[in-house]
Amino acid sequence: MSAIEILGLEKTYPVGFWRKRPKRALKPLSLTIEEGEIFGFLGPNGAGKTTTLKMLMGLVFPSGGTARILGRPIGDPAMQAQIGFLPEQPYFYDHLTPRELLTYYGQLSGLTTKEAERKVPEMLDRVGLRDAANVQLRKFSKGMLQRVGIAQSILHNPKVVFLDEPMSGLDPMGRHEVRDLIEQLKHEGKTIFFSTHILSDAEALCDRVAILHLGELRKVGAVADLTSAIGGRIELVWRGATIPQAFSALGAECHATGDTVRALVPESSQEAAMEALRREGLRLISLTPLRTSLEDYFVSQVKPSEATAGGKP
Amino acid sequence: MSGRILHIASNTFREAVRDRVLYNLIVFALLMCGAAILVGQISIDIERLVVVNLGLTAISIFGIVIAIFIGIGLVSKEIEKRTLYTVLSRPVRRWEFIAGKFFGLAGTLIVNTFFMAIGVFAALLYVSHHFQASDAGVLVALYFIILQFLIIVALALFFSSFSSPLLSAIFAFALFIIGTFAEDLRGFAALTHGAERWLATGAAYLVPNISALNVISQVAHGEPVAGQLILYNTGYALLYSAMVLFGAILIFEHRNLK
Repeated sequence: MSAIEILGLEKTYPVGFWRKRPKRALKPLSLTIEEGEIFGFLGPNGAGKTTTLKMLMGLVFPSGGTARILGRPIGDPAMQAQIGFLPEQPYFYDHLTPRELLTYYGQLSGLTTKEAERKVPEMLDRVGLRDAANVQLRKFSKGMLQRVGIAQSILHNPKVVFLDEPMSGLDPMGRHEVRDLIEQLKHEGKTIFFSTHILSDAEALCDRVAILHLGELRKVGAVADLTSAIGGRIELVWRGATIPQAFSALGAECHATGDTVRALVPESSQEAAMEALRREGLRLISLTPLRTSLEDYFVSQVKPSEATAGGKP
Repeated sequence: MSGRILHIASNTFREAVRDRVLYNLIVFALLMCGAAILVGQISIDIERLVVVNLGLTAISIFGIVIAIFIGIGLVSKEIEKRTLYTVLSRPVRRWEFIAGKFFGLAGTLIVNTFFMAIGVFAALLYVSHHFQASDAGVLVALYFIILQFLIIVALALFFSSFSSPLLSAIFAFALFIIGTFAEDLRGFAALTHGAERWLATGAAYLVPNISALNVISQVAHGEPVAGQLILYNTGYALLYSAMVLFGAILIFEHRNLK
């Protein structure tokens, strides 16, 4: 059984005050996420990531299509007891302490008071909040709130965890810890579905990713498969301030620093570039193949002009 | 009551207490102390009447203000601050959330009223030096005040389920004011004819009959309250609150939480 099955899920909102116009936040989306996978949901602002997550959580009603999580439909309480959710930039009841908040959420998820009393301190330890267990949340920094958010999403030992921008607002150490935590969850056999802007995190963690743009699914696949789909580049470094004329025709990006030049050329033009350097009598210092990153692939799918268009739905 | 409703209600109660809502008790205590001392010095034989009137009216006003100003934020504040997302993504049904919020605020008001009632009886004892049999009527008036609170909390919650806090406050307060003249409205409706009568009667019965729940003046004069009225008011307040809550749930069940 797949952990998450999304079939033609779509959302259209009416916008405008007087004459309502339909605005499509998500075009029909179909995805299948297997159990035990870490699945990255990528896309620029306004791509429809949060709308999709809200529909899966039953917070927003789809205009069309269906979805099943652990074989059960959206909104099924038996399914909801087995999932965890961290919203983007979470905000919690700030009159509570983390201990009280987690106990409350644990009870709402079906834990008995005894179970909650046993699990809450363990979870506070796990996210590094033991010392702040009895401090009211109104005194917490953004990073600490994010830790509380992660704790509440996994407290009741869910099978599937949905994380909306889990690294948002965290410092480099915090990000590293969250990455470790996500990997631990995978080792525990959980399915993780997370949306992010931070592509290096997605690249490091995800088994597969989906790229969403302007409410439309652009690509789905394993990171390695996607990045190998576009041609790579090589980096050439040589001694001397001369840049052979042939390099401009090869589409090379050249940067001269002192008496060395660094050029990035398409992998397919490697031989022609080497020949041009030989003709000019320039001494090659290094030749390094550059791996195509997920970021390169993402940018190739989402044009920069489009990436900045549109806001959050 | 399901466990989840109870947990949501106790969290709502705890939030109100930690947001210092019960601090109004201090103001009330000062008011009652001041009134008891002042009345003891200037009133002749009407001390009891003044203390009961002032005490019960203050309890009613304090409670209505709390019911409206907290009630209007019960749902909209949770949506605005997005605290609702982590609640409704759990096995919590939307109607359970509304019911939990209702019972939480109603519980806060009942506790508040309980402490204020102690203040009223203490002031009565101070001015009269003993309790009378007719003081039991004060308990009935307090019970009716609590019934008023249930209606106002339900109304505030209803408006909060689809409107902004400011508009919700205006609507809830307006209905409370109109409701205090509900008996007059019904009397007026009886004087009209034809379609107007239908409209006026409909409107008169749509607004909460707060006036029927106000027996402060009656008990202040030591007059008994009929058992039939207690039964009628109990049934009316519970039914009216339940219907308004049902409306709130109906709206909230279909609301997109953007």
